[in-house]
Amino acid sequence: MLIKKPSDIPYSEITSKSVYMNRRKFLAGVAAATGAATLGARAVSDWLEPRSVLADQAKLGPLAKSPFSTTEPLTPLKDVSTYNNYYEFGTDKSDPARNATKFVTTPWSVTVEGEVNKPRKFDLEELRNLAPLEERIYRHRCVEAWSIVVPWIGYSFSALAKEVDPKPTAKFVAFQSYYDVKQMPLGPRAGIELPYVEGLRLDEAMNPLALLTFGMFGETLPNQDGAPVRMVLPWKYGFKSVKSLVRIRFVKDMPPTTWNIANAHEYGFYSNVNPQVDHPRWSQASERRLDGSFFGKRIKTLMFNGYGDQVASMYNGMDLRKNY
Amino acid sequence: MKDLSRHINMRWLKPPIFLACLLPLAHLAWMGFHDELGANPVEYITHSTGTWALIGLCVTLSMTPLRRILKQNWLIRFRRMFGLFAFFYACLHFTTWVWIYSGFDVHAMIDDVYKRPFITMGFTAFVLMIPLALTSTSGMIRRLGGRRWNMLHRLIYVSACAGVIHYLWLVKSDKTIPLRFAAVVTVLLGYRVIHYALQRRQQAAAAKRSTRESVYSA
Repeated sequence: MLIKKPSDIPYSEITSKSVYMNRRKFLAGVAAATGAATLGARAVSDWLEPRSVLADQAKLGPLAKSPFSTTEPLTPLKDVSTYNNYYEFGTDKSDPARNATKFVTTPWSVTVEGEVNKPRKFDLEELRNLAPLEERIYRHRCVEAWSIVVPWIGYSFSALAKEVDPKPTAKFVAFQSYYDVKQMPLGPRAGIELPYVEGLRLDEAMNPLALLTFGMFGETLPNQDGAPVRMVLPWKYGFKSVKSLVRIRFVKDMPPTTWNIANAHEYGFYSNVNPQVDHPRWSQASERRLDGSFFGKRIKTLMFNGYGDQVASMYNGMDLRKNY
Repeated sequence: MKDLSRHINMRWLKPPIFLACLLPLAHLAWMGFHDELGANPVEYITHSTGTWALIGLCVTLSMTPLRRILKQNWLIRFRRMFGLFAFFYACLHFTTWVWIYSGFDVHAMIDDVYKRPFITMGFTAFVLMIPLALTSTSGMIRRLGGRRWNMLHRLIYVSACAGVIHYLWLVKSDKTIPLRFAAVVTVLLGYRVIHYALQRRQQAAAAKRSTRESVYSA
């Protein structure tokens, strides 16, 4: 280390007194400016190159076509993957896309148990290969009175049920979603009890429309849409379609369901799409179809979301106003 | 705290603050043109304009407490502007409901106002702001007279409460943000309750003092 003799330091290099006396303010100013510059730079870079909210999805195929598919125009993938109710990742519609990017979905297993002769744990690959994958273009109707059209990928839940062989005592099927505060730190503020649970009557679960779903738009599910495996029940309000399934249990009695626990007056067990039975706080007679146009389209809501031919018979004789 | 208007002419603040109040709308329009309002722009616009109307109401309601506590009388100049902006965003919010949501279906809207409590509240909050906007000019203050004008404009307290309840009654489960607005409005109205109570006490004490003095001086 070269230690200069004092006389080697030129006068011009001496720090001025005012700068020296204000050095702490100067450093604070530098820190603040750096912070502001970083945020500014991030904002500018985000604006120039918006971060994609779609992680790398894998292609799924070959996909069989289904007679249950609708021919209505699809909602753009961008909208289906940035407008989500997945409260574990935040309660704003745009939260899940932003907050679920680091959600770990491999390895993944689903336990099937309860009143079945062959209970077992499936890992995701096994579960996905249990039956041929189909593309089902379904209408998806949220209880909030908006709807989308999504080309889901999966197979009828009944194929899984046949594999585990339900006993005669099985009358209902209970579903449970993944919940882990470490990966879902906003979960405690969701305003609903977690883990998210749902349920169906056995005949509803065995209906061919009930889809065990592994993908959408030709690829695996984005995290914010319920990766890696979920249910889709097109004739019911969207909250019945559990995301990120981890447990399926065949049970004797009607199982608890999260939204019913949160607010029994507003959310019932069946929650079939029904334009004649209003939500206590808003009408269900119409919905806004999000078809990619700026304002979407206000359309009349159809009984059972238009799937009456396949599902109405399950509810013959039931008062759907009482069994909402 | 010294009155800052002794050093700065506060009239120069009006144009930039006016523009600042237009920023939320400008931002909304910008996002609209760049397709950044998400999958359901109607919902986004409705939510955004409603939120800014509530923020406008809170800012308006904070002028008097700030004026008195910080002893900055010039703040009163801005109260009308903030109040009218709150009304402006409330109009946008209401227009979105009438035009986009309901498609001018008057029957459906009347139905909604009667059957959906949260819409009744919102409608109330909006309607109460109309007479306030109409009587906001200096000419109107003169015509009504200070006392009557002040009494009429206390309706903003009702409007703010109705607005918060409207928000609280429409959320599905996460009541965090409506409750924050409720807390702010409670503080802003609570200040007035306390101020009024203290004034009454001072007046009563002053009255007692003057009667006592008159007894002794008789």
